[in-house]
Amino acid sequence: MKILVCISHVPDTTSKINFINADSEFDTNGVQFVINPNDEFGLTRAIWFQEQQGANITVVNVGNADAEATLRKALAIGANEAIRINASPLDGFFVAKQLAEVAKNGNYDLIICGKESLDYNGGMVPGMLASLLNYNFVNSCTELSIEGNVAKAAREIDGGKEIITANLPLVSGGQKGLVEEKDLRIPNMRGIMTARTKVLTVLEPVVADANTMTIKFEKPIAKSAVKLVAADNLDELINLLHNEAKVI
Amino acid sequence: MSILIYAESVDEKFKKVAFELASYAKKVAESLGTTVTAVTVNAGNVSELSKYGVDKILKVTDDRLANFSAKAYADVIKQAAQQECSKIILLSSSTDSLYLAPIVTVGLEAGFASNVVGLPLSTHPFQLKRNAFSNKAFIITEVSTDIKVISLAKNSYGVFEQEAVSTVEDFEPNLNDADFNVKVVSLEKATGKVTIADADIVVSAGRGLKGPENWGMIEELATVMGAATACSKPVSDLGWRPHSEHVGQTGKPVATNLYIAVGISGAIQHIAGINSSKVKVVINSDPEAPFFKVADYGVVGDAFDIIPRLTQKLREFKAQNA
Repeated sequence: MKILVCISHVPDTTSKINFINADSEFDTNGVQFVINPNDEFGLTRAIWFQEQQGANITVVNVGNADAEATLRKALAIGANEAIRINASPLDGFFVAKQLAEVAKNGNYDLIICGKESLDYNGGMVPGMLASLLNYNFVNSCTELSIEGNVAKAAREIDGGKEIITANLPLVSGGQKGLVEEKDLRIPNMRGIMTARTKVLTVLEPVVADANTMTIKFEKPIAKSAVKLVAADNLDELINLLHNEAKVI
Repeated sequence: MSILIYAESVDEKFKKVAFELASYAKKVAESLGTTVTAVTVNAGNVSELSKYGVDKILKVTDDRLANFSAKAYADVIKQAAQQECSKIILLSSSTDSLYLAPIVTVGLEAGFASNVVGLPLSTHPFQLKRNAFSNKAFIITEVSTDIKVISLAKNSYGVFEQEAVSTVEDFEPNLNDADFNVKVVSLEKATGKVTIADADIVVSAGRGLKGPENWGMIEELATVMGAATACSKPVSDLGWRPHSEHVGQTGKPVATNLYIAVGISGAIQHIAGINSSKVKVVINSDPEAPFFKVADYGVVGDAFDIIPRLTQKLREFKAQNA
């Protein structure tokens, strides 16, 4: 089985979010970048397939050279090879177009994405990629197993889950549940050493138009201070929720 | 040129997001001098949409669509958009709509903006404000394509009634076998419980509750308020509560009218996931808990003392205001 795992290079969840150049650019100063958590769940599931069923894993990122550290980490965790498309990810459609090109050339059975990235939260790349390739697609995927040519997956729905089956090739937009948090792997020294010699190919992007563009960023308006209510005056809390906030 | 919305329903009844979407669409349509068309799939009383300004309803009734199939539903929306020559397609941020939105987008060679909050900032050029960085910032995005697909963040606009005279037409989409290549085998759904996605109020609790055996009072408070229950990440990691209740950056997002956090300190990842909620109440014994910094109302004290008393007082309040 050939698996392609799409990796976003995103700020760590604890990062302070600030902008520079008249709010047109994300301030990377002091920010640590990581494998997008939703992608990491998918990558770890891919490693499980590799160990249990035999699979070759390629990780791919659309990004600039600084994303290579994140790809190396994925290699240290156990991916076999890496591809970086040398381009700034302009928008979701542009990224999906680049990934579709890699997917077409590589004939993968399974393409694992995170359902959304932690920075732009667009949640559009997996579905666009599946549509461009005309592959089957499952989103919000929380369980995934493969038998022969058939994938069985669980999809989170509002208030429950749905079990689906689909033939390969399949694109999955996954999240926590694919593996549990405790199953995530920290690269060990051997993994880090081996990763240095694994192949990381840099490809130039195919021509594609972005359909949207970022004009600028804004930070939320700072909140006014909390109104504290004494623990022995809960009637006041109910009064505030009813008359002031009007939510009960 | 009419604006098209997909008005979602469950068991033939419209979801609240359908009415929010209709209200939003009406406002955008007015500013562009056009009308609103809604496409519905196996919904019952479709004329309900007229209360929210929908001018035309394309009613799809098809047994093949009894189970959700993203590709098939995307085809329905795409064909409805093509028939109506719609340039703007509005979708909600439900799990199903977010699943089908990119498929509709590619099918119509459109541009897609998700997590949109509020009305377009301008229509020429078409610029929208979107949630990003897990609610820690907004992006102003310009959609440059002729056809635009927009998904509206839940609870970001509100529901507004505006009576319209709607015409209803049966719509028969052209579906093929490939639309059903992803097959639903089974469905597990909690019945009779308010889900986090649909709830107006969410009551959430954290490690401050000390153990899973103490959740009875949280469930009771939620029942009295008609709320859904949720929990922090450590609580689901410890197995005290199911993963489906985990809200936060890597769990479920919450964008509700009222979010009550009990015994949750307020890690940055937790706050990121719930920050779109309108009103936040924090109950915590530690006055230094970071959650108080983002809360609207706070009570410093012991949850085991406060929650039963609050529940009782709310029960009385509900009885008086029923």
